Amino acid sequence: MSTQVPETETETEAETDVEHSEPLAPAQEERMRKKAEARADREERARREAAERADDDEDTYHLKVFRFDPEVEGKQEPRFDDFHVPYEKGMTVLDALIYARDTFDSSLTFRHSCRQAICGSDALFINGRQRLGCKTQLSDLDQPVRVEPLPHADVEKDLVVDMDHFYDQMEAVEPYFDADELPDGELEEQRQTRENREKVKMSTRCIWCGACMSSCNIAAGNNEYLGPAAINKAYRFAMDEREGEDRKQHRLNILEQENGVWRCQTQFSCTEVCPKDIPLTEHIQELKREAVKNNLKFW
Amino acid sequence: MSQSYDRGLVEDFGRWREFSAGMWAWVFHKFTGWVLVGYLFTHIAVLSTAISAAGQTQAIAAENDVYTTVIVALESLLVVRILEVGLLAVAVFHILNGCRLLLVDLGVGLESQDKSFYASLILTGAIVVASVPTFLAGVF
Repeated sequence: MSTQVPETETETEAETDVEHSEPLAPAQEERMRKKAEARADREERARREAAERADDDEDTYHLKVFRFDPEVEGKQEPRFDDFHVPYEKGMTVLDALIYARDTFDSSLTFRHSCRQAICGSDALFINGRQRLGCKTQLSDLDQPVRVEPLPHADVEKDLVVDMDHFYDQMEAVEPYFDADELPDGELEEQRQTRENREKVKMSTRCIWCGACMSSCNIAAGNNEYLGPAAINKAYRFAMDEREGEDRKQHRLNILEQENGVWRCQTQFSCTEVCPKDIPLTEHIQELKREAVKNNLKFW
Repeated sequence: MSQSYDRGLVEDFGRWREFSAGMWAWVFHKFTGWVLVGYLFTHIAVLSTAISAAGQTQAIAAENDVYTTVIVALESLLVVRILEVGLLAVAVFHILNGCRLLLVDLGVGLESQDKSFYASLILTGAIVVASVPTFLAGVF
């Protein structure tokens, strides 16, 4: 265990010096006395809280966190660290990690940003499943809560994995709107029908967290496979009616390749883990049918 | 890029405990598929004894031609009878899950893919249990 007992702040020494230095004005003396009382009160309360915390063992959550640091000798061998984090109602795994980092071990490394399941930074492997740390309640998990970096990705440090390959694959499907024909007026809007918007709605929710790629067995064994996230991204644009036939044909050409949609074996792992509930397998299957329709010709 | 620690195959070990329905369906489908391919070879080997038995009209009539003796000898073994039950289980699951995959490919009922997997498992079990008396009749 690399955890350290949080230091109790003791700044009393410096201030007692001031008190004894020279006779003070009565008002000032009064203020100093009140401050000292308040300080004693605060310290007393902190002590009491710490004692309560130590007594109340069931109110802490036990986290086992994967640790690895290639730059420090002695930490190059991966290990698990235990953290006992005081539980507060509504605490998520990310909150617990932040507490552990701020209180016990400032070298604990993980990505996080928005803390509300939008930025997609904190996909982690928690209790054997890819989940977003900020979206997973501690109370839903069995103890000890095992927190590992995403499987099937290189670990950079602690819980941080290398996402470069994932981003490359996302770029490979050209994830941007690119219509064949632009409207005449420069400020003209390119309107989408409500039905078409409904069709692509779920696919637009992707936050690029990489949970699906990490859960996919095929992507794990085959680095060339585009993966659920990238195919879902392609789906979002291929199904967009505003782009036109040529563009859709181009998108299907990318997806039909050997390592495109056909690698999917419908294991539904990605759909199970997606924190945004995107029906990934359904989208991949639909693109498979599109690809078949695109190539089957009845003369 | 800093150096990174590749967890390799070790990270996959023991992960089957975390499989969900779709993953099990895939694993079983692959397994049963390979078992059926393997069975195909033994099937052909046994059936091919009929080639040498062909034309031996008298032997066939007396039921002591090569093909009949081989079949009778095999069927008198308890192991073979048990393996046949296993073969039925494998084939039935492969058929049912194949139908499930067909539906998945057509995009029908993707939300209940896990239920259809459990259904095919239960149905396989029921059919196999029901077949046991037929397969084991007369071997003891």
